[in-house]
Amino acid sequence: MEKHHINALKEIVGEENVLTSAEDLYCYSYDATPGHAHMPDAVVSPANTAETSKVLKLANENRIPVYTRGSGTNLSAGCVPTKGGIVLLMTRLNKILEIDLENLVAVAEPGVIVADLNKEIASLGLIYPPDPGTVATATLGGTVAENAGGLRGLKYGVSKHYVMGLEVVLANGDIMNTGGKNVKDVSGYDMTKLFTGSEGTLCVITKIISKLVPAPEAKKAMMAIFKDLDNAGKAVSAIIAAKIIPATLEIMDNATIRTVEDYAKVGLPLDAEAVLLIEVDGNPIVVEKEAEKVMEALKANHADFVQIAKDDAERDKLWAARRAALPALAKLRPTTYVEDATVPRNKVPDFLREVSSIAKKHNVTIGTFGHAGDGNMHPTIVCDIRIPEEMERVYQAMDEMFKAAIALGGTLSGEHGIGLGKLPWMEQQHGQITMNTMRSIKRALDPNLILNPGKLVGEC
Amino acid sequence: MTETITAKDINEQDKALLSDLQDALANCMKCGNCMEVCPVYKEVGKEAAVARGKLSLMEGVLKGSIPLSAAFDTAMSKCVSCKACTAKCPCGVPADELILRGRQAAVKARGLHPIKKKVFALLKNRHLFDFSLRMAGVFGPLSFKKIPGKMAALARFPMPGMDYKRVTAPFASTPLRSQYPEVIKVDRPTMRVGFFTGCTINYIYTDVGQSVINVLKENNIEVTLPSMQHCCGTPVYMSGDVDSAKILAKHNIETFDSYNFDYIVSACGSCTEAFRIEFPHLFHDDPKMSAMTEKLAKKTYEISEFLIDIVKIDKTKLGPVNTTVTMHDPCHMARGIKVTKQPREVLKSIPGLTFVEMKAPDRCCGSGGSFSLGNYELSRKINDKKIADIASTNADTVVTSCGTCRMHLTDGLFQNNMNQDALHVVQVLDRSYKAGHKK
Ligand SMILES: Cc1cc2nc3c(=O)[nH]c(=O)nc-3n(C[C@H](O)[C@H](O)[C@H](O)COP(=O)(O)OP(=O)(O)OC[C@H]3O[C@@H](n4cnc5c(N)ncnc54)[C@H](O)[C@@H]3O)c2cc1C
Ligand code: SF4
Ligand code: SF4
Ligand code: SF4
Repeated sequence: MEKHHINALKEIVGEENVLTSAEDLYCYSYDATPGHAHMPDAVVSPANTAETSKVLKLANENRIPVYTRGSGTNLSAGCVPTKGGIVLLMTRLNKILEIDLENLVAVAEPGVIVADLNKEIASLGLIYPPDPGTVATATLGGTVAENAGGLRGLKYGVSKHYVMGLEVVLANGDIMNTGGKNVKDVSGYDMTKLFTGSEGTLCVITKIISKLVPAPEAKKAMMAIFKDLDNAGKAVSAIIAAKIIPATLEIMDNATIRTVEDYAKVGLPLDAEAVLLIEVDGNPIVVEKEAEKVMEALKANHADFVQIAKDDAERDKLWAARRAALPALAKLRPTTYVEDATVPRNKVPDFLREVSSIAKKHNVTIGTFGHAGDGNMHPTIVCDIRIPEEMERVYQAMDEMFKAAIALGGTLSGEHGIGLGKLPWMEQQHGQITMNTMRSIKRALDPNLILNPGKLVGEC
Repeated sequence: MTETITAKDINEQDKALLSDLQDALANCMKCGNCMEVCPVYKEVGKEAAVARGKLSLMEGVLKGSIPLSAAFDTAMSKCVSCKACTAKCPCGVPADELILRGRQAAVKARGLHPIKKKVFALLKNRHLFDFSLRMAGVFGPLSFKKIPGKMAALARFPMPGMDYKRVTAPFASTPLRSQYPEVIKVDRPTMRVGFFTGCTINYIYTDVGQSVINVLKENNIEVTLPSMQHCCGTPVYMSGDVDSAKILAKHNIETFDSYNFDYIVSACGSCTEAFRIEFPHLFHDDPKMSAMTEKLAKKTYEISEFLIDIVKIDKTKLGPVNTTVTMHDPCHMARGIKVTKQPREVLKSIPGLTFVEMKAPDRCCGSGGSFSLGNYELSRKINDKKIADIASTNADTVVTSCGTCRMHLTDGLFQNNMNQDALHVVQVLDRSYKAGHKK
């Protein structure tokens, strides 16, 4: 990038909103993904859609790569400016523009933090359900661009189920609107869905129209400990077969159980092969009935220990073990890879077994926890990225893990996105034709390949 | 001293200083969870302001990717040391401490912020320090315009490092330790306690000191104010000047050790933390000092903690204080020595008192010790959030357990045209004992 480009950018967004010092650039060379870092040439924070459009027009005309960034908490190197250029920081667009109670719709800018939206609507008895582990830090734009999910995915779905319309800026600076407040809308290609989960490779999102839902009136949490992994798997199937869709249905494997117990001393037996955490929510009467049926299903499938939370304090205790999973694992070693390979629900026990045998084979530490209800697993690899020999083994294990997920009919990523991290396995999952189709879409919308180039669909 | 100091230069001079940080820094997984709680980041909105950014910058310097520049110093100084990031971190990274280490590196490389330099040079010399702060008290009315009815004044002409609009407390005309004999006797004492006043209470908030003494006397405790005590050194330490901090610490440790008290009591979270955590840390590799330090650490208590956990005050002696109170938890209480229940229990023991919790009682008030000396505007912005939280409780008094917080809250209340009182917890308790006598 040339000096005059920097000056032009300062003209657009104002001097103080263009960062170019080595120190500031260094701070935007990374996101939450281990092992990827590259310095941009400038960090630019626009205030609104018009400024965003001007920045993109300038970048497009001068073939300057643009890496859009929210809070930089993604786990797929989606924000890393691998080819230099501009990091486009969207956090100044942080207004909730409208809460439409008649249509149960929120209109907000992409820099709004997800938890702040939820705080705003809580008093109205509404929720915006997608709740990644980072709800308190991630932006709405980042979660939509990643199609982020969370703990409540099984019952409430993921980001794409809530995005009804978008305002986006295309690579050439054109401003485009998709969808709207209509619950039913089949007018044209579903561009809203295409842009949701596009990881900053097709457009820059500048406004989000999202669906809101009534907050559940009651919740009930339960925990079950299994000495036998297969029984846990059968219990999950039995719960669903009983026509109950819990809001949360989480599992932790033995490696995670041991680590959590070592760290938080919550009283989990070290020889347990699985712990399930289940929460049902909704109408209080229905919740009671469903909780009863869940307990029956757990017992019928030989849970070695079951507990139901009587009050909020007990609920907190049950959740403590699950909440400790990532912190406990992350404290074991300096580097933490949180993966999100996902398999069909009934393949969860098979996948967990595969992962632990891969871990053993390559002598790497992997604890797996995740959303058993929707098959979205988080095999978490802890290691030290500064030891090359160990990393060799880690990459081997990752490779086999992703191949195992694909072989079980699963997918590379349930919610964290592809970015750079999982790019090498894309061809394997999708095949040549699908990849070519995706690349054609990329080239059609971003012919100069300036938007997050090299990510998601690779070089094209 | 220009922008061109590099990691290589620093390492040549002092290899140990930064390099053993490398392992600690590697533990940060860059999850960004610290963004949720960092008060500085919430205002500044730039990555260099949050713990994740600051730690990355240190890593960058160590790797030699970026120079140890003036911008690096600035980034390291933008931290109120509130420990919120550390408490939130899933990886257990002690970010606040690591940032201090970053500051130490910066101090070594290019010296302190000029304003702080003046203040701290004064701090190191006990006599000169005492003299100049006494003078400030005697001549206080000249340099400060009093705000009626408040322990507060508006600086009239510039003090070193003070923004002239800023409300600070007036220096007391007689420091606390000159108002009392060294040993305050009671009939048949149940225990002997050394009161570490700290400088804020000795020179400025003597009213808090008086309340501490009154309350301890009510409980038949003999109080000693060791005359040779000096500032705990926390402000100097926080600015990265370790050598000065060690001089101050050693002096205080030896002074208090010589009295053989049953307990040491302070009325400030940071002062307690200094005796309990920082001193042992400073001298951990000095066997002689370390034994003495550990001994003192075990018998040091913050006043509310002392009254509830050790003295177990007799609540029937308390009289009514009819007021609505909310509480601000100082960072060094909430996350430093982890004392939040006891001050609440003190308040809840007082008849007639209505206690209302604010939304985020343990969010930093923005003062950050001497942070506000060099970053007044930023610390005001952080403080405005706290003041809004206080306002939403409709309390007529806000209490806290730290002189610096009280000062910053008083300033904030004034700047926002609010007339709530800002007091120390122990002052309200003192009032309650007095009301009890009238019963
Ligand atoms: C500890 C931890 C736990 C996590 N748990 C979960 C989880 O449970 N579920 C889950 O789904 N994810 C999870 N994540 C991943 C991450 O939090 C999500 O991907 C989140 O959505 C990222 O939001 P962000 O604001 O940080 O986006 P960023 O990281 O800044 O950006 C993410 C991607 O979106 C693009 N982007 C950002 N803003 C825009 C915009 N306005 N327009 C176009 N593109 C944009 C970026 O280019 C990038 O490719 C977790 C991450 C961590 C560190
Ligand atoms: S919370 Fe801890 S691990 Fe996460 S970015 Fe902040 S310092 Fe690093
Ligand atoms: S100690 Fe407080 S101000 Fe400093 S980085 Fe951590 S959260 Fe931010
Ligand atoms: S921490 Fe503050 S109050 Fe305590 S002695 Fe030091 S300067 Fe004084």
